[in-house]
Amino acid sequence: MSNKKATWIFWSVFSLMALAYYFYMLNSDDKTTFSPGEMTHGHHQIEMACSVCHTDAFGGGEVLQSACVDCHGAELKAVDDSHPKSKFTNPRNANRVKQLDARACVTCHSEHQQEITGEMGVTLPEDFCFKCHADVAENRPSHKGMAFTTCASAGCHNYHDNKALYEDFLEKHMGESDHFENAVVESKSGLQDLVMLESYPVEQYPVKALTSKQSDGHLSVQQDSSVHYDWESTAHAAAGVNCSACHQQKQDNGQIKWIEKPDEQSCNSCHKEQTDGFLEGKHGMRLKAGLSPMTPAMAKQPMRVNAHSKELSCVSCHSAHKFNIQQAAVESCLGCHSDEHSQSYKQSPHFQAWYKETSGQSKPGTGVSCATCHMPRSLKKIGEHKLVLTEHNQNLNLRPNEKMLRSVCMSCHGLGFSIDALADEKLIKNNFNGKPSVHIESIDMVETRLKNRKSKEGGQ
Amino acid sequence: MKLNKVVNLKKLAVLGMAAAVTSLTACSDSKVGGIEPKAMTDALFSVMEADRTVYTKLIIGRLAKDEKVIKASEHWKDEKALVLPAQMFRYGAERVAEKGADFSYSLLSLWPVNKQNKPKTDVEKEGLKFIADNPGQNFYGEEKLGDTNYFTAIYPDIGVAPACISCHNDHKDTPKTDFKLGDVMGGVVIRIPVKG
Repeated sequence: MSNKKATWIFWSVFSLMALAYYFYMLNSDDKTTFSPGEMTHGHHQIEMACSVCHTDAFGGGEVLQSACVDCHGAELKAVDDSHPKSKFTNPRNANRVKQLDARACVTCHSEHQQEITGEMGVTLPEDFCFKCHADVAENRPSHKGMAFTTCASAGCHNYHDNKALYEDFLEKHMGESDHFENAVVESKSGLQDLVMLESYPVEQYPVKALTSKQSDGHLSVQQDSSVHYDWESTAHAAAGVNCSACHQQKQDNGQIKWIEKPDEQSCNSCHKEQTDGFLEGKHGMRLKAGLSPMTPAMAKQPMRVNAHSKELSCVSCHSAHKFNIQQAAVESCLGCHSDEHSQSYKQSPHFQAWYKETSGQSKPGTGVSCATCHMPRSLKKIGEHKLVLTEHNQNLNLRPNEKMLRSVCMSCHGLGFSIDALADEKLIKNNFNGKPSVHIESIDMVETRLKNRKSKEGGQ
Repeated sequence: MKLNKVVNLKKLAVLGMAAAVTSLTACSDSKVGGIEPKAMTDALFSVMEADRTVYTKLIIGRLAKDEKVIKASEHWKDEKALVLPAQMFRYGAERVAEKGADFSYSLLSLWPVNKQNKPKTDVEKEGLKFIADNPGQNFYGEEKLGDTNYFTAIYPDIGVAPACISCHNDHKDTPKTDFKLGDVMGGVVIRIPVKG
């Protein structure tokens, strides 16, 4: 055999093997081979679901852009994004686009580039505000000499969400006290509101309290089992929601099948908003992407070792049959999360208030659980109805933390105190045990400007 | 052979119709099948100006200023108030942009409350000064922004209602406090991309 022939055979076999390997990897669950680099803290969970972002093998930036908008577009609209794409598509901003093409999310948030990824998943140098706002001191003398790195890092401005940071809002909440007397968080909508929704199966499960004897559970489960007693004590039994409501599912062929361990699809039929939120947040985003459930072992945050293999679903926090809301609001979280902030919670004034509420020493809504801040209740419009529901997408107000100001902190604290507290990293770590040692001057600047304006008007 | 001719004729007819439709809708040529960019921007402005006046007089002037049944506020969502006329205009322009229209428009001024709305390009600077110095006249020009040439038309934006005047004169960020009814307060800038 000539050398040439041998080389050809070698290369053909090698190429075929390489092709077979990549084809095999493409269809396997582990696609690390194809990943050009580690992903950001926001997306690392779904790194193996390439098609969530790369929805089409062909096409350029517009494919990625529409993937970004599919998941994040509604949220940006809801917070009145300060820099929407439409600000940059106007031809008069062509020179700005040349400097910073803010029409595409990936200009600032490039994925797979861990080595250059900073706070908020930003992959640009910190001077990006300066490119368009270098002349800010012309109209705001208070900003003269400020470093270009301080715009977003000093607790004053965000690129997208400034709902609680805009000047008139600061002015409106100037001089508020640190803590409001008699502050309570909104109470959740109850059954009477839930049954009003069109999607609620009220005909199948009319509102009527049931006892364990009336349960329609599978024959394999003993009538007097602890499962029945657990269920009997819940809002489900009190509302007439029998075993079959969760455990039976209609198959595609029309047959009814008994489901031993119902998943989030069962919960979805009555708790759609909550399920949607769960699937959008850090706990459920893997399920939404068609991957295996999230486990604490996969998390980038410190987690309890004994919880590493736990698979996250609705019942991992709410525990099947018991569905204890108080447990879901604190103990379920602390069962997995073991970072400094979580571990300090039980020594915090927030926990003291929670303990007082749950032990009946103070009014409902006065306690502060993990969920009070990370899964706050808010008014949602569903069809024609307005309901106060728990936001199950805990990622919605997590970063930048100023997102919490309006939805959480300001239910009980003044704006100035809240801004300072959120800017104090030490205080966050010890779970707000003490007063802020950091002071953000944004409200002071508004106050000075107001005084100057008044003295000018007075002088005229 | 005969069949081929029929097919070809059909193709021609389809192409002809497509060309006719394109000539009516596309704005990428400086002269597009009979519609001059100027005629196009004039027509667009007449609609914008009419809607803007109706909103300012019938909604803001009547409900917020005269009847005082509802407030108008820049922070309309927080204040549960009416959208300001300038915001109404801008949101419309943003919606048009989101839909991918070929033309774009903005409301600018030599005396802007929001400093992002001061003139930036040379044509904007020249045009806004021209319409302020020559009341009743429009300004037309051409400019290259990025890699694209534009036909740019600038129309005077007049203070048509007392609400316009009082809000602008009293606003904490206004650089001008002596506007009067009928004054040119700014300009509507409409741009259509044209071949260079």
